[in-house]
Amino acid sequence: MKLSGAQILLECLRQEEVTHIFGYPGGAVLPIYDAIFDCHDIKHILVRHEQGAAHMADGFARSTGKVGVCLATSGPGATNLVTGIATAYMDSIPMVAITGQVRTSAIGKDAFQEADITGITMPITKHNFLVKKVEDLAGVLAEAFYIARSGRPGPVLVDIPLDVSKNQIEFDPASYSKQVIIPSYKPASPSSRIPELQIRKAATLIAEAQRPVLYVGGGAIASGAQEEVTALAERTNILTTTTLLGKGAIDETHSLSMGMLGMHGTAYANHAVNQADLLIAVGARFDDRVTGNVDKFATGAKIIHIDIDPAEIGKVIQPDVPIVGDVKAILAELLKHVAPRPADAWNDTIMEWKRRFPLSYPDDGKLYAEYAIQQIGEMFDHDCIMATDVGQHQMWAAQYFKCRRPRQWVTSGGLGTMGFGLPAAIGAQFGNPDKRVICLSGDGSFQMMTQELMTATVYAQPVVTVIINNKSLGMVRQWQEMFYSERYSQVDLQASPDFVKLCEAYGGVGLRATTPAELRDALVKAKAVTDRPVVIDCVVPTEENVYPMIPSGQTVSEMLVKTDLELVKASVHADGSEWSFSHEEAVLAQYVEVANAVALEATEA
Amino acid sequence: MTNTMSTSIVAQLQQQHTITALVENHAGVLARVAGLFARRGYNIESLAVSVTDKEEISRMTIVVGGDHRVLEQITKQLNKLVEVIKVVDYTETAAVERELALIKVNAEPKDRAEIMQVVEIFRGRIIDMSDKTFIVEVTGSTDKLDKITHLLESYGIRELVRTGIIAMARGAKTASRSGRDGE
Repeated sequence: MKLSGAQILLECLRQEEVTHIFGYPGGAVLPIYDAIFDCHDIKHILVRHEQGAAHMADGFARSTGKVGVCLATSGPGATNLVTGIATAYMDSIPMVAITGQVRTSAIGKDAFQEADITGITMPITKHNFLVKKVEDLAGVLAEAFYIARSGRPGPVLVDIPLDVSKNQIEFDPASYSKQVIIPSYKPASPSSRIPELQIRKAATLIAEAQRPVLYVGGGAIASGAQEEVTALAERTNILTTTTLLGKGAIDETHSLSMGMLGMHGTAYANHAVNQADLLIAVGARFDDRVTGNVDKFATGAKIIHIDIDPAEIGKVIQPDVPIVGDVKAILAELLKHVAPRPADAWNDTIMEWKRRFPLSYPDDGKLYAEYAIQQIGEMFDHDCIMATDVGQHQMWAAQYFKCRRPRQWVTSGGLGTMGFGLPAAIGAQFGNPDKRVICLSGDGSFQMMTQELMTATVYAQPVVTVIINNKSLGMVRQWQEMFYSERYSQVDLQASPDFVKLCEAYGGVGLRATTPAELRDALVKAKAVTDRPVVIDCVVPTEENVYPMIPSGQTVSEMLVKTDLELVKASVHADGSEWSFSHEEAVLAQYVEVANAVALEATEA
Repeated sequence: MTNTMSTSIVAQLQQQHTITALVENHAGVLARVAGLFARRGYNIESLAVSVTDKEEISRMTIVVGGDHRVLEQITKQLNKLVEVIKVVDYTETAAVERELALIKVNAEPKDRAEIMQVVEIFRGRIIDMSDKTFIVEVTGSTDKLDKITHLLESYGIRELVRTGIIAMARGAKTASRSGRDGE
């Protein structure tokens, strides 16, 4: 059968069981869109901006575990994908981005809408391809999907020139094979050989540990290891903290869950890691938002580092026991060697920290973001998918939205992409038609991708966006307050559109809440809407800051927490038994110290 | 466990390593490798690329500075590139390392005999001659090339080009595709 490159592309997507393409047409992809005109089994979602398409593919992938697919034309279409591709790359999300390119004879001639997108995306893709002839197309696509989903997943870009998608060749769809062999690419997989010796060493360390902590990252989600993570925690009674991307690897309402660690992690998780004598890092990469000052991070702990990517081992911290492999397979094997361990004094110590330093916010009748997030969880039975944007609301969501399962949490961690939330939520909704999907956004982030409300309306996707509206770029404001002497530079967003009317203009339902009662009402109304997007403008105080907070590059001893509504610097003695507090003055002194350090850094730079 | 990676310049100056990467002979592979070094802040001292006995495979010989941790990261990051087949580190291997230099040196008639003697001692060759200059071709270790360059400087070097190091393990060992890393 003679097929055009465009038809071959769709055949290959069919073979890869792709159900949705998020895309936007243009000159260099006209043959592909002509083929899409006749394609009824793969749904093409017309977005309003290519960046939205990339984030939708990403949200689809994060929430389903499948490879997300986005499609854009050459030049500006392709470059508009860049932020979305980089977002997926930083968080190891499987994605195939397909871009049109000018005809092969015009490449390198500065043709209309030409951009060297394989050159541009080289540092932000796991791999990329420029397809030079139609004969190569099917093979390249098979490799692209295989590379995207195998090993440590990531985005792969396939650049297809106009003539390649136009030209016709004989093609038999049955010849397409998902089993690809690339001699130079041999990632670890669930069936890779298990490093027995390393696993026995890890088991020994676990058996000998007095103060062990499990530190679980996005790798556990990627490999589907939630059962193994939970089983390991339960067997050994080791308290477990997750990274921003690891949320959902253990039920966060589980008594062994300490929530998130790091800069805005819970005080007890950070204290536990700081005083641990064994840190079991599972699919995590010791990101600077987790470690703060690396030289002072978990200094008393031996480290077991389990990751599928050998390059993560020793990149930031040299582990005592490195184990390279699929997290799920490794943990399953480790479980065979680990003996049950009862909860002991270490568990009690952490539980005491948990009681002493709970997450808290004011109970003064005003509407706070933290309350809104808790209410969302309750209203949707903790079963909804929670997509977030980036900033204060994201950190509050990480703290207050309790994930019960993996793939319920969709957030841009590594790149921290404002504007990610709404399109990612829409992508997640396409992938999970039976679930409610919430987009928690900020008044800043929301305005970066607002136009995708139209996509949600057109395709009747009932994504509920809750804008935590503090009329400010809150996280930047917080840093300016704390480290730049309250010199609030360019963070005021008093002048914003009326989000209620804006959503209505896009054909959705707009609601506003300024009190806790109004918020509950709004959520009830939102829940009843099932055929269009909803935006709840949730108006909150501007001055609220996210705590706990470990200032950038600092250590647990510099952690600021709020107890009894008073900001304190909380530190615990090395034996974990005694407490010392330094109150407001000390905290202010700390600000000055940090501000000085920042200033010094700036001078040195 | 307090040991952390340091990629500071000081650390990079500590040691030089010669590594060889076998890569798929595709367009853009060099850009990927060079981009990786630039992006992660590794310093390339020299780089030589050519096709191997198998035309689908190219061989890159890269001299990099850094301590063993930096080298380990470089090796791992290189291995992550889909088109990199294999990375071999020659630091602790008995290996032959060679570089070639072309040196255009001033050669006034009164100096010619002396220059020819220097070239002879270093087993170099004079491959071009004009009324005022020689082009000297010399092959050897980096050290040897440095030394002859230094000696010829007194006559005035007009132009100098060096290929960068290429390396090969002594004995029967090869860096072939089927071999294991570090062989």
